[in-house]
Amino acid sequence: MRDDLIDLLWEGLRQTLYMLIWSSLFAILLGMLLGVTLVATEKGGVLENRPIHKTISLIINGVRSLPFIILIVLLIPVARWVVGTSLGPTAAIVSLSIGAAPFLGRIVETALKEVVPGKIEAARSFGASPPAILFRVLLPEALPALVRSLTIAVIAITELTAVAGAIGAGGLGSLAIRFGYQRFREDIMIATVVVIIALVQTLQWSGDAIAKSIERRRYKAK
Amino acid sequence: MIVVRNLGKTYHTPSGPFVALNGVNLEIERGDIYGIIGFSGAGKSTLVRCLNRLEEPDEGTVAIGNTDITSLNEKQLRLARRKIGMIFQQFNLFDGKTVFQNVAFPLKAAGRDKAYIRRRVAEVLEMVQLSDKEKAYPSQLSGGQKQRVGIARALANEPEVLLCDEATSALDPQTTYSILELLQSINRRLGLTVVLITHELEVLQHICNNVAVIERGTIVETGTVDRFFLNPKSDTARRFVNIVEQYRQKRQLVEGVGAGI
Repeated sequence: MRDDLIDLLWEGLRQTLYMLIWSSLFAILLGMLLGVTLVATEKGGVLENRPIHKTISLIINGVRSLPFIILIVLLIPVARWVVGTSLGPTAAIVSLSIGAAPFLGRIVETALKEVVPGKIEAARSFGASPPAILFRVLLPEALPALVRSLTIAVIAITELTAVAGAIGAGGLGSLAIRFGYQRFREDIMIATVVVIIALVQTLQWSGDAIAKSIERRRYKAK
Repeated sequence: MIVVRNLGKTYHTPSGPFVALNGVNLEIERGDIYGIIGFSGAGKSTLVRCLNRLEEPDEGTVAIGNTDITSLNEKQLRLARRKIGMIFQQFNLFDGKTVFQNVAFPLKAAGRDKAYIRRRVAEVLEMVQLSDKEKAYPSQLSGGQKQRVGIARALANEPEVLLCDEATSALDPQTTYSILELLQSINRRLGLTVVLITHELEVLQHICNNVAVIERGTIVETGTVDRFFLNPKSDTARRFVNIVEQYRQKRQLVEGVGAGI
């Protein structure tokens, strides 16, 4: 082990967390928007609109069928336009958010569809408006499932940050490729892997803990 | 209070059209407890859902009070629905909300202020004898308690009509009885018009004054509950009453044998 190891790792982790936090935030916001719109506009939904549903569905499938590494390249002009550069962690946030949003949209859609239709029917029978049904019934009722799904998604984004790192975004992925692989620094390779595993575990545990605490409050007798 | 004229509804399924309702006519008096009875698939659920347009009828009209429900636009319909409470077989409570929040939901949807909601929720929970369960979640309640919350929630906006979709079918006989008692006392106290759809004779017998029998999407018989039991005319009504009759005869036979020994 050489003395630059800690510094390099720390810098890599910092960049990875920076990308992860911001791209997760944007991807979740976009994904929620897509997922809620998909459920609202589907056949029998509270704001049924087949053309909108079909269009969004097509776009999601289109973006999702592209390998992420190609998507990043395609999004270079967008990143340059939004943040002024096509290099580094900040530029990667643009690609990561747009790349992960369709996946999140599907995940949110699936979680929302788990809600028993009878609950929506009940809300309609009381004269609740479509927004009230979406935001005060559908989302809160799906919350534990949503938290679990979002955990999966954030972990998937962690993986994507490493891919982005390989083509110039920085972070732990870039560290592993540039030092661990290209300069034969086995110590860095192993340390990077350990840090990534620890990061993913922490994310999974936190997600599980949040979902469980919601469920405990709702479903366990006092 | 409720007048249904020539109501029709057809579902278009992959295996062809299915006529759920066909030329349904009904007249329900204000303050009545009106039963609609039929076997599974007869169209009961569709009929009750057409009354508040959870299902859109294809033809015919529904009038509740002075309002022609079938001619309302979306927004007017939402307003009208506040005066039409509904309870369900599976209760359909919101699991993520406490009892208080469940009952408060229709009030919030109606744009009521916090102080009013507080007061009104306490009032209706008192009415269904669940004042001590305000902070509980539905999963912590028994089936009967869940349906009481359902009733409180349906009554929150002071409706004039209460629609009951197989409201006691998921409950045991004892609990069914207590829920029916509750519905009856609410009907008397508030003068509420109650429409019950059911496949259980006990429900008719315990609380209904009048009944309509539905068979393959058509009303085949209407009248008082007494006449239904004494002189059933339609096939469905005869089949229902026959089951009871057979048991009565069986019991007489058993009792007769018992007395002979």
